[in-house]
Amino acid sequence: MNSSSSARYSSNKFSPTVRLIFFGLLSLVLLFIDFQYKYLEFTRTKLSLFTNPLQQLVIMPGKLWQEVDNFFTIHNRLISSNAELRQLHTLDAAQLKQLEVLEADNQHLRSLLALQQRADYTMQLAEIIYTERNIVNRKVLLDKGALANVLTGQVVMDDNGIVGQVTRVYPRMSEVTLITDKNHTVPVQILRNGLRTLIFGSGDTGELILRYTSISADIQEGDLLVTSGIDGVYPVGLPVAKVTRVERDPAYPFARVLCTPIAGVDKQRQLLILSTLPTLPERPEATQEPTNRRSKNIKRGGK
Amino acid sequence: MSDYQPSLPAHTALIVTSLFVALLLSWLPWHGFLLIIRPDFVALVLLYWSMQKPNHCGIGIAWTVGIIADVADASFLGQHALVYAVLAFCGIVLQRRLSMLSLSQQALQVFPLLLLAYSIYVIVHWQLHGYVSWVHLLGSVVSALLWLPVTTLLQKLCHARASSSQR
Repeated sequence: MNSSSSARYSSNKFSPTVRLIFFGLLSLVLLFIDFQYKYLEFTRTKLSLFTNPLQQLVIMPGKLWQEVDNFFTIHNRLISSNAELRQLHTLDAAQLKQLEVLEADNQHLRSLLALQQRADYTMQLAEIIYTERNIVNRKVLLDKGALANVLTGQVVMDDNGIVGQVTRVYPRMSEVTLITDKNHTVPVQILRNGLRTLIFGSGDTGELILRYTSISADIQEGDLLVTSGIDGVYPVGLPVAKVTRVERDPAYPFARVLCTPIAGVDKQRQLLILSTLPTLPERPEATQEPTNRRSKNIKRGGK
Repeated sequence: MSDYQPSLPAHTALIVTSLFVALLLSWLPWHGFLLIIRPDFVALVLLYWSMQKPNHCGIGIAWTVGIIADVADASFLGQHALVYAVLAFCGIVLQRRLSMLSLSQQALQVFPLLLLAYSIYVIVHWQLHGYVSWVHLLGSVVSALLWLPVTTLLQKLCHARASSSQR
């Protein structure tokens, strides 16, 4: 049957059986080569150049559908998230307003600080740029000078109390002698009883001395010393120091009173320069001290 | 089925087109259960043409199509080619017997052929990869079921072509 059918229907030279054997063997050889030696990768690559686009074409509708589906899903998600974000935005806007108010507040406070608009004294903020290298000379250099209207004799303080006094002014710098400098004196009063005295620097960080205080003077440990305003250099009532130790030795005429400055004389970096100098009338030649204090009868300290 | 008089190019075009479409169908992104029961459209069309027009679509054509299928399938070169060559041979050998039967009876006769073809594929797979995927044989059943619609469609197309080309 094989031969007759092939003879009738096939115009090929070879019978189907022969062809089957040929192609079957060819397939097996190909399979063997492909499996064993991987020599056919080149042929496969070349052929896939033809099949790949077609495969892509077949996959495309599905992909397209997926993409469209994706698009709508994303679209829906975007709409919902947009609404959510809008809500969040209104909420946040309210909070932002509060923040703005706070910021404005802060700005205001800052400007207040910068301008040092205090009721009684005008001040300006200055920063220490150099400290004196000599350990005996307690001096620092600030970054504000004559160009910022700093004058010699102006008082320098931090937020707690007196730090020193401007003793020399450069165009962009000013030299400040600290109250702990050995040659520096501040006229002070004891806050508790108004006792006037002078406080001297000891040349030592964080130590001041009340010299020439009589043994019987009413000074106790813990007394607060504030500027008396006498001599017109320092304004009245700025805290200067606190008495830490009082030594009364009968062998000496004067008591030895040690104090520590209230201001962070050697700690701060930013300092305030008091711009206004208290203006007092010119001192007469007489020995009488011009004072408007009522505490004249109180015993004077030293000098 | 013996009316193979119509002009040659018309049939060639139809054969090429049908094989092409069958290849595209097998390249559809099948997955999951559908992938398991995926019918082999190429095998069906090749079987049909090898029975109807053995002069135009013989073992050589079947083998070539098989190579293309191998490349697209990333299976070893020759795996599909061997299967299709065997199938085409069966179609050529059995054409007279099958053409005397009705279409539904043909389907019953075609099923063992397809099973044989699938078995060859599975055996080659087993030899190369070392394991047998029995579920793959399910495809032969589905393919046999599709014999009737595919044959009817191709016959309709064939007649339409023949009549149009004769006019």
